[in-house]
Amino acid sequence: MLYREAGDFKTSYASDNQTFPIRFDRTAYWAVMAVAFLLVPMVLTDYWANSIVIPFLIYVIAALGLNILIGYTGLLSLGTAAFMAVGAYSTFKLTTAFPEMPIYIVFILSGLVTSAVGVLFGLPSLKIKGFYLAVATLAAQFFLIWLFTRYGWFFNYSSTGQISMPERTMFGVVITGASASSTAVYFTCLIFTVAMAWLARNLTRGTLGRTWMAIRDMDIAAEIIGVNPLIAKLSSFAVSSFFVGVAGALTFAVYLGAVEAGEAFGINKSFLVLFMVIIGGLGSILGSFLGAAFLVVLPVLLKLLLVDGLGWPSDLARHLEIMIIGALIIIVLIAEPHGMAALWRTVKEKLRLWPFPH
Amino acid sequence: MKMTKIAALVAAAAIATPVVAQDLHFPMLNYRTGPFAPGGIPFADGYQDYLTLINERDGGIGGLPIRTTECETAYNTERGVECYESIRGDSPLIVQPLSTGITYQLIPRVTEDGVPLHTMGYGRTSAMEGETFPWVFNYPANYWDGASVAINYLLDQNDDSLEGKKIVLIYHNSAYGREPIPTLQNLSERYGFELVEIPVDSPGQEQSSQWLQIRRERPDYVIMWGWGVMNAVAIQEAANIRFPMENFIGIWWSGSENDVVPVGAGADGYTALTFHGVGTDYPVYDDIQTYVVDRGLAAGNGDQIGSAVYSRGLYAAMLAVEAARTAQELAGHAQITPAEMRAGMEALSISEERLAELGLPNFSAPFDVSCQNHGGSGAAMIQQWDADTQTWSLITDWIDSDRELIGELATADAAAYAAENNITPGCL
Amino acid sequence: MSDNVLFALEAAANGLTVGIMYSLVALGFVLIFKASGIFNFAQGVLALFAALTLVGFQTGQVPFSHLINAIFGTNIHDFGFTMPAVLAIILTVLVMILIAILVERLVLKHLVNQEPIILFMATIGLAYFLEGLGDIMWGAEVKRLDVGIPQGMSPWVDEVTYNLFGYGFYLDELSLWALGIAAVLVTALVIFSQYTKQGRALRAVADDHQAALSVGISLRFIWVLTWSIAGIVALVAGIMWGSKSGVQFSLSLIALKALPVLILGGFTSIPGAIVGGLLIGVGEKLFDFFMQPIIGGATENWFAYMLALVFLLFRPQGLFGERIIERV
Repeated sequence: MLYREAGDFKTSYASDNQTFPIRFDRTAYWAVMAVAFLLVPMVLTDYWANSIVIPFLIYVIAALGLNILIGYTGLLSLGTAAFMAVGAYSTFKLTTAFPEMPIYIVFILSGLVTSAVGVLFGLPSLKIKGFYLAVATLAAQFFLIWLFTRYGWFFNYSSTGQISMPERTMFGVVITGASASSTAVYFTCLIFTVAMAWLARNLTRGTLGRTWMAIRDMDIAAEIIGVNPLIAKLSSFAVSSFFVGVAGALTFAVYLGAVEAGEAFGINKSFLVLFMVIIGGLGSILGSFLGAAFLVVLPVLLKLLLVDGLGWPSDLARHLEIMIIGALIIIVLIAEPHGMAALWRTVKEKLRLWPFPH
Repeated sequence: MKMTKIAALVAAAAIATPVVAQDLHFPMLNYRTGPFAPGGIPFADGYQDYLTLINERDGGIGGLPIRTTECETAYNTERGVECYESIRGDSPLIVQPLSTGITYQLIPRVTEDGVPLHTMGYGRTSAMEGETFPWVFNYPANYWDGASVAINYLLDQNDDSLEGKKIVLIYHNSAYGREPIPTLQNLSERYGFELVEIPVDSPGQEQSSQWLQIRRERPDYVIMWGWGVMNAVAIQEAANIRFPMENFIGIWWSGSENDVVPVGAGADGYTALTFHGVGTDYPVYDDIQTYVVDRGLAAGNGDQIGSAVYSRGLYAAMLAVEAARTAQELAGHAQITPAEMRAGMEALSISEERLAELGLPNFSAPFDVSCQNHGGSGAAMIQQWDADTQTWSLITDWIDSDRELIGELATADAAAYAAENNITPGCL
Repeated sequence: MSDNVLFALEAAANGLTVGIMYSLVALGFVLIFKASGIFNFAQGVLALFAALTLVGFQTGQVPFSHLINAIFGTNIHDFGFTMPAVLAIILTVLVMILIAILVERLVLKHLVNQEPIILFMATIGLAYFLEGLGDIMWGAEVKRLDVGIPQGMSPWVDEVTYNLFGYGFYLDELSLWALGIAAVLVTALVIFSQYTKQGRALRAVADDHQAALSVGISLRFIWVLTWSIAGIVALVAGIMWGSKSGVQFSLSLIALKALPVLILGGFTSIPGAIVGGLLIGVGEKLFDFFMQPIIGGATENWFAYMLALVFLLFRPQGLFGERIIERV
């Protein structure tokens, strides 16, 4: 009864084109925002902030970026972690070179640097497709990590090869470093996540998003109707890398505080983000949130259940956890190959008809 | 049975914590899974078995039982952060992250939270400067000590002259693997040997070009800073090119059974550094048999007892227990806080007599920790692998490291850290 | 001949033998991709699992002993017997066939006609599952794998090259064996696919699923068949790499070394996998040999991918891959 378009009259084009055409969704959206901005900071403990909420928000940004590339443009990439590393190292270099620069600006600039690197490694996509392209992006993964561990300039010649984030403030509040409160870190991540999601949503439903999707659905046909594949593909790489770069900057600056390229941005992280995108749903903003939640929250919950709840030895629990995640990936794919976002769409369709399904 | 025991422990902990905790919390951040699990399992077993022994034999430390909690990091920094966050409110007395990556993340956090961090034979070398890193300890030895001890050992083998010798460093291409390079370069200038650095990219399953290069270079010695599967492959390749094994020296993380057993007979004679005794010829192992194994309380599969990394875990636990004891004496009460534990670690003194009392005679070089020096003695021994008996044996006595040089390097690094992070060095 | 030329030759020769080791892993990918269009991410984990199982059988380990001990408080580890290598290999092959059947029943059957990326994702799920299963079944410690393949410098190569050039080349006997094993394996695969009924059915499916179905070939049977063969190839790769480094988790990472081989050779070509492996092997050794003094070593991880990338720019379907024809 609650969930339908009927009775919700649109009187302008703007309102007809809005993101959430159904009143219930709009209410839910504002409610979620209110909870995220007002309620969560009040109840958030350090443990929940640092082990679940902050990584979740950061992974959402990375997943959004990768989703733009894979889900919207159909270009498979396995180099996400390396682009995150570019973001992280740009942040380090920028903030140590210009300590006065506001840290939010540094994050955004890091995203732009990553964008440029992304475009460079996106060039082969003009020629190569599918799994072949995936392996081309793996070249980026291994090469960039090698570069960051090989040349001292990237880590300011520190004897350890690690980069660590100095303390930085924004509006007088400490954002990075160990003395940053988890609330400040949470708000930083939240602001970026919301802004990025808003950006992604509006980019993907605008002209640019439509050219991407045209390329994804059939690039030759798209070219014939006047979409420039060069611009479409490279812009997709640029935007995607920007998101991923910001995620990498946040991972380094506010979440981990110190990283080493090979360890924190290894190939496993590339795969993790890819899983989020596919499990969540290709070509769906909501899917990026769901996928990130699934793969960040689930392991922690499983650990809490098996180790703290049932008292299993932690290593057995960990092995079981891997098996359960593997099995769940398969089950989700069998139940709904298009990801959790597609499940949600089905639920919405059902809701529209409820309680009179015929 | 074990499951019920742990379940009971967890339940007991859950009930006990809200009231005044009548125990000493020793968290364990282990990695029994993931790519480096073979190195993590024995350490975790050794650490846990020793703490179990103290509980079973002595009823804990100063009359208070030790409560252990285990958290699986899988050698992954993000999981490490999660683990630390989950125990940090539970007055952890000593955190051993068992990973250099996790250590770097935790150094600022523990300093903020006031939790003692002990990184034994890994982590940030300059943390030996206690005035800059009051909450971080890396006694008894660090990587720079390791490099220096290896060179001192070679000097000893060559009548104090390495002039004109060629030494290859084959290292894991990561921050960890590059740790010894500045020290070795420094020493190479001083002693006139030629240093050739050869990196191996992680994970290091394929090293034929590196070993072809070593074969061409014809070095007198090879020093290895390896980790995980890289160790076994390197030892295998060295055996393949018939490099004399006794001239091949690994750092302590390249000196476990996991690294030599897969190679079989070819690994015979391989040497590695160690900063603690190896083998089961110490009286404490009788107690472990009586109080831990025979009572069915052995950690893990119980099949790691006596292995090199098991000894390291046991050693870490012993140092932690001794520090807690010292802390109790200083504080005058048994229920110590993390801050009191830190004071205990800073006042820790390991003497030969004390080691003998503990059933570990000459297991460690004697050392004293002070506010200025969190790095211990820096001494290490050389162990050699015997493929027939499948055992490590010690072939040298304690070899001191060049603490003057290392102190200089560490002071410079610590000063840079202090400047970067606005720390005023000083004793707490 | 000058020393440098000799050294380069030696590096190239080593590259060839190492390349064959890469090809062994790549073969498994090609087989499955050809028959079912699935990019099987789990191939590396399959190799690990096969090697673990083999060692487990050989040494008479009790499967799931850790789990059993944890639940029942028992203290069992092994049966107390050892098994000859041949018997253990046969049993492992049976286990791999069982896994193929289970994969088909539980996973593939439900994902017929899905997009490639979905199937790819499903194999990633499978990889996770098998990784956890392997660890729980056999434990995470390093194990020694010895089925009697000799290792170490080949005295024969050393002698011959010494007589020829005055400098004895180093070649690992294990990789010479790999050369022979790969030859046998490829010959067997060719004979199987050319001269047996099942083999022909396999090729028919690889050519055209629909047409194969319409002439009465059971797709499901073919899937079980290809996964079984891929499992056996994984076992071979697991034995070769496991003899080199011991059996442990990192064994599953050899898949990453096989990917560039696959790209270079093309996803659908068995000869491509062999030639690709050889090219990558030689390329990375020579690159390391010449560039090491200039940019430092440890370039192998990325060089293979870069090489594959450059090749792709000229031949997007790989060296021997089927030409991609696109129509609107």
